[in-house]
Amino acid sequence: MNSSSGKSYMSTASSSVLWKAGGDVVADQFPAGLRVLVVDDDPTCLMILEKMLKSCQYNVTKCNRAETALSMLRENRNGFDIVISDVHMPDMDGFKLLEHIGLEMDLPVIMMSADDGKNVVMKGVTHGACDYLIKPVRIEALKNIWQHVVRKRKNEWKDFEQSGSVEEGDRQPKQSEDADYSSSANEGNWKSSKRRKDDEDENDERDDTSTLKKPRVVWSVELHQQFVAAVNQLGIEKAVPKKILELMNVPGLTRENVASHLQKYRLYLRRLSGVSQHPSNLNNSFMNPQDATFGPLDLQALAATGQLPAQSLATLQAAGLGRSTAKSGIPMPLVDQRNIFSFENPKLRFGEAQQHVNNNKQMNLLHGIPTTMEPKQLAGLHHTAQSMGNMNMPVLSHGSQSSQNNPLLMQMAQPQARGQMLNDSTVGLAPRLLSPMGQPMLSNGMATNVSTRNGVPENIRAPSYNPVSQTSSMLNFPMNHTSELPGNSFPLVSTPGISSLAPKVAFREDVNSEIKGSVGFMPSYDIFNDLNQHKPQNWELQNVGMMFNTSQHSNSLQGNLDHTQSVLVQQGFASGQNRNSTVISKAMFSAGDSTGHMNAQNGNQHLNSLLVDNTVRVKSERVADAAPANLYPDHFGQEDLMSALLKQQDVIALAENNDFDFDGYSIDNIPV
Amino acid sequence: MDRNRLRNQVASMRRSLFDQGYLDDQFIQLEELQDDTNPNFVEEIVTLFYNDSARLIQNIEQALNSSPIDFCKLDDYMHQFKGSSSSIGAKKVTNECTAFREYCNAENAEGSFQQVKQEYAILKRKLEVYLQTVRQASQTA
Repeated sequence: MNSSSGKSYMSTASSSVLWKAGGDVVADQFPAGLRVLVVDDDPTCLMILEKMLKSCQYNVTKCNRAETALSMLRENRNGFDIVISDVHMPDMDGFKLLEHIGLEMDLPVIMMSADDGKNVVMKGVTHGACDYLIKPVRIEALKNIWQHVVRKRKNEWKDFEQSGSVEEGDRQPKQSEDADYSSSANEGNWKSSKRRKDDEDENDERDDTSTLKKPRVVWSVELHQQFVAAVNQLGIEKAVPKKILELMNVPGLTRENVASHLQKYRLYLRRLSGVSQHPSNLNNSFMNPQDATFGPLDLQALAATGQLPAQSLATLQAAGLGRSTAKSGIPMPLVDQRNIFSFENPKLRFGEAQQHVNNNKQMNLLHGIPTTMEPKQLAGLHHTAQSMGNMNMPVLSHGSQSSQNNPLLMQMAQPQARGQMLNDSTVGLAPRLLSPMGQPMLSNGMATNVSTRNGVPENIRAPSYNPVSQTSSMLNFPMNHTSELPGNSFPLVSTPGISSLAPKVAFREDVNSEIKGSVGFMPSYDIFNDLNQHKPQNWELQNVGMMFNTSQHSNSLQGNLDHTQSVLVQQGFASGQNRNSTVISKAMFSAGDSTGHMNAQNGNQHLNSLLVDNTVRVKSERVADAAPANLYPDHFGQEDLMSALLKQQDVIALAENNDFDFDGYSIDNIPV
Repeated sequence: MDRNRLRNQVASMRRSLFDQGYLDDQFIQLEELQDDTNPNFVEEIVTLFYNDSARLIQNIEQALNSSPIDFCKLDDYMHQFKGSSSSIGAKKVTNECTAFREYCNAENAEGSFQQVKQEYAILKRKLEVYLQTVRQASQTA
């Protein structure tokens, strides 16, 4: 179905846009004919803009009301390539329009205003605008708007491609690598099998699209309503892309499409619920309005879903890890540290998470497993992730468990405003993920890593949704330990691709922090790698055996986890040594690249066992040593952990049915 | 020749508008947009501006006359007005708008709007004459 729908999209796309990703189709004409919709209530400006755009040889439609523009866009989903809108309009706030467009149509939107105040411009960024023009607009500024269309398409396509190719790539190396991981023979098996399974899954989807320019899924009102109905039916917590997809039963719609849309939707809901970064809301906001149970894990999940930019993830992790404030509950590291991206929102979120988390509210993921994830950490992660940008992080709306952490993750998953929401969501994710790790350094490390990893995310675009489930597991790290996540361990996918990283990575926190939950990290987060590099500060991710149940659960995990998602990061192995988060990072990346990547980076962590995702191979020495022992702490039954973690995230019904169903989210719509 | 004379007149009027700071670069952008398909583009835009802004000015005056003054709304109007005037390159008008807005922010709107209106009226007159001359010059060809 992909192929058919893809093709149709393709044709539509090609016809509508005289340009193809490869630039081979009417490339010489491009950007002529670019279909621009310009919205401004000022008739003078509108006329001038229209004339200017026409002289750039664009196909212009002008509109003086936001409502009209929106209905025009809805009626003709594929009728426009880019939208230019004024910020101040009488009938609807420009930013609101921006959000709607992002959510429903996912077109690049440029904001305009005579107001050039920093706050307004920042608002544009956080809401996902791909550019912001100051009035009076000069024609030179309009001449280049086509770049936003190209960039967006390119990213979508790339993400898509990468998720596919990654799997392929992963498979091969994986097989061989499996043998290397002596510590977890099972894991290896599991991973391979999982990967195979994933590959197969992915291939189907991928094949259709990889050969074509990824068709843009137009979320018509009807489709969106179907989507919403499906989500409501499932319950926002249990709304995993795969299930939504099944419920919707729309031919041609892929899990990735649903995943990325879900992200945006969550983000949108979050906004609606008035989540404003503030501490009290943090939890809520993080967790999709309804689910607050996402704890740190969520972050992972979110990140995993690829929405979280690698950086965020890293940041989050760092944040999370760094903070290891011993605290009951899941400490969420404050985002401050993480705020690599200093986004206000994220900050808030984290702060809140922090507050929420905590005290015994360990992530519900782990039943009875005391995960002391610091909420702060989560928060931090969250923030970071959030700020990271608009990664379309699949919002992990897991039931909110007490885990405050979750909120973080959850939030992250919310589909950020399409535009550059990246910051919001992705960043948030990253931090969150990290936070559980309680390694502050993550942020540092991550940040750095993240940036380096731009490419990675894309690859990892695994069905991103997995992360969600993963994250939950991940988050259960008893963050109290101060293990710092080696910032580098998480190779966050810096680009939108990250979002697709299925947060499958499960972190195993080291004992230090009594983290029992295993955090699932998104496979594609190189952060882990980086983390490893950093001084391993006890990432104390306990081996929550759960996550990495590699040996025990490996089978199940394997089978179910999407390749990308099942990266379980086992962080910290026992004894609070500074296990670098390499473990985590390794685990995380299911994306083919990551595998290699991680290995290299995490060297010492043998996340092998941890990796749920076959594709990602997290290797860390620590893991090796501890692996068997640490991985499955006596006190935590792996199953328990797993279930605990999984439970949190509906997205991944790992626990429930030992069937890791990570829907990879392909971050196709990651706002550029 | 009449035409030459007119053309010269146009040129010098235009130059002085710029020199005296009534118009800025944005006006040139408008001029550049004028072409064969839209031979009177500049005139059309200016007309549109004056028609639309008349309405805006009315709103502003109304807001100023109400008591208590809703500064928020006033700021909104001024923002619009500024956006509009800057888009046609009305430099002085735009500057006055900015100044007035600052007064508004300080919640002190006395008298300043008159200055805005004044500049607005002066420019309007000048542009009318100018554009008329332009039209004449193009017609006598």
